[in-house]
Amino acid sequence: MKVLVTAKRVTDPDMKIKVKADGSGIELSGMSYKINPFDEIAIEEAIRIKEQSGGEVIVASIGGDEAQTEIRTGLAMGADRGILVKTDGDVDSDAVARVLVKLVEKERPDLVIMGKQAVDLDDNQVPQLLAGYLGWGQACFASKLQINGNTATVAREVDGGIETLEIDLPGIISADLRLNEPRYPTLPGIMKAKKKPLDTIHPADLDVDITPKVVVKGFSNPPERKGGRIVADVPELLKALKDEAGAF
Amino acid sequence: MANILLIAEDKKRELKKVTLNALTFAKQAAEKINGQVIVLAVGAGISKVAEEISAYGVSKVITAETDGLENYIAETWSAVVADVTRANDVGLVCMASTSMGKDLMPRVAATLGAGMASDVLGFDGATFTRTMWAGNAYANVEITTPIKVCTVQGTAFDTAEKAGDSPVESFMPTIPEAKTRFIGFNESVSERPDLTEASVIVSGGRGLKGSENFKLIEDLADLFGGAVGATRAAVDAGWMPNDLQVGQTGKIVASDIYFAIGLSGAIQHMAGMKNSKYIIAINKDEEAPIFEIADAGLVADLFKVLPEITNTIRKEMGK
Ligand SMILES: Cc1cc2nc3c(=O)[nH]c(=O)nc-3n(C[C@H](O)[C@H](O)[C@H](O)COP(=O)(O)OP(=O)(O)OC[C@H]3O[C@@H](n4cnc5c(N)ncnc54)[C@H](O)[C@@H]3O)c2cc1C
Ligand SMILES: Nc1ncnc2c1ncn2[C@@H]1O[C@H](COP(=O)(O)O)[C@@H](O)[C@H]1O
Repeated sequence: MKVLVTAKRVTDPDMKIKVKADGSGIELSGMSYKINPFDEIAIEEAIRIKEQSGGEVIVASIGGDEAQTEIRTGLAMGADRGILVKTDGDVDSDAVARVLVKLVEKERPDLVIMGKQAVDLDDNQVPQLLAGYLGWGQACFASKLQINGNTATVAREVDGGIETLEIDLPGIISADLRLNEPRYPTLPGIMKAKKKPLDTIHPADLDVDITPKVVVKGFSNPPERKGGRIVADVPELLKALKDEAGAF
Repeated sequence: MANILLIAEDKKRELKKVTLNALTFAKQAAEKINGQVIVLAVGAGISKVAEEISAYGVSKVITAETDGLENYIAETWSAVVADVTRANDVGLVCMASTSMGKDLMPRVAATLGAGMASDVLGFDGATFTRTMWAGNAYANVEITTPIKVCTVQGTAFDTAEKAGDSPVESFMPTIPEAKTRFIGFNESVSERPDLTEASVIVSGGRGLKGSENFKLIEDLADLFGGAVGATRAAVDAGWMPNDLQVGQTGKIVASDIYFAIGLSGAIQHMAGMKNSKYIIAINKDEEAPIFEIADAGLVADLFKVLPEITNTIRKEMGK
């Protein structure tokens, strides 16, 4: 089975981000970058499928040259080859989805697995957009995936419980946190990854216009929360609960 | 300008309350662009839900029912929403940012060739305010397409009040053959209110040490008729069901009182609860980040203090 997975380069999710004073963007100096955590889960799932039944795993990223690092992470985990669709500046989710449509048409994967959400912009849109553009089925927020020939059974984490869907292949899956525990790349894996093929192409080669439909005009800081008061003991906590919060 | 289409959501054919928060957004947006609010309810047997929402004074409620719409499937629902959008001079399609809203609305956007903003907090007639980076940045975004799509963060809007009857009309949808089939739903049964609707939430984290100790959390929550929440660590450990996870990738809540017990206050957790009105933290580590946003923090071993807290409140309440 041929599986296409995606890897977005995102700001380190555990670093506190700050809006620039003039609101023009996010303060990025000193920032470190990582592969989107949900994409690691997607890559892990694809590699497990390959380990079980053979095939190929392709990792794609849309972004600057730096995004090669995140593609190499996927290759070091065990994916076979990478594709960087090189862009300068910001692309919105819609443009990413339309680029991916062209990659899908070119590569003809049996399955696309992506993260459910990029933890920088928190869009949670690309897998659904891609499925919509391709007219394929979608099974988003997956916590379990089982391939049965031409279909897959997917458990999805939704409000109020777990839903199970059966989806025809090829189809689109988006990974939630509990789909698996991604492996760490090993040293031999990292060495091998350096020799694996990584092609760079441009949106124009794919005949995609990446003009965004959603334009960010500016940023602001969320309202500050005044907190930080420590109470001495249980009676003082109960008093605060009663007098300040009106709890009882 | 054009009309605003709000997609209603139901749970077992009862209107979900968060739809009424999204309705407040829709009404505010309609004023800004001089349009009218239309509500669409999709699904077999949906007329009861349509009737419920028709009491909220909108320009009309449209029902779309036909065979094949028994269970939500993104492919069929998005086709229906897109058809209704095109037939009703709609400029903005919106829905609450629930798991269904998140699944459906981007597909609607793709079907309509529209741009979309996720988790919207406000709209001034031209730009949408939305959260990014786990709620640590607000972005103002402009959607350049004639039809715009968004999901709405329910906690940012009050529940709409009843405002008079609205006409209900039905739309006969034609639905495409779906490449996805509904197999089943494993409901997590709970007597407690939904996290997004509770005025008191008691959340526990890894500090609880095991599922059996969540009884301590539940006892406190039950005193207030409140909801129970959990961190990802507690959910991943299998102590609590996944849909009780609060945070960037779980539920976004804004309760009147939020108890954060035995949890550290990771960025991703705080993203989901820091808009609560009054936050109480109990943690044995005085350095825990949760204390930075707590209105009242107690540095203590939860196993020592929680039973005492619960018992005292119970007595005072006369329960
Ligand atoms: C992509 C991504 C998305 C994520 N999304 C979410 C999300 O939506 N929601 C979420 O919650 N997390 C999320 N996380 C995980 C998050 O980063 C943290 O790992 C998680 O929130 C930690 O949970 P915790 O606070 O229970 O555990 P810990 O950080 O381990 O904290 C446990 C706390 O309990 C305290 N403690 C221990 N024993 C006691 C005791 N006896 N009495 C009092 N206090 C005690 C400790 O001092 C400690 O502060 C996400 C992570 C990633 C990478
Ligand atoms: N620039 C990108 N490059 C590669 N994959 C992306 C990119 N943007 C989004 N994705 C994929 O789409 C998923 C959902 O992202 P989003 O809809 O932007 O929150 C992510 O987990 C990625 O797998």
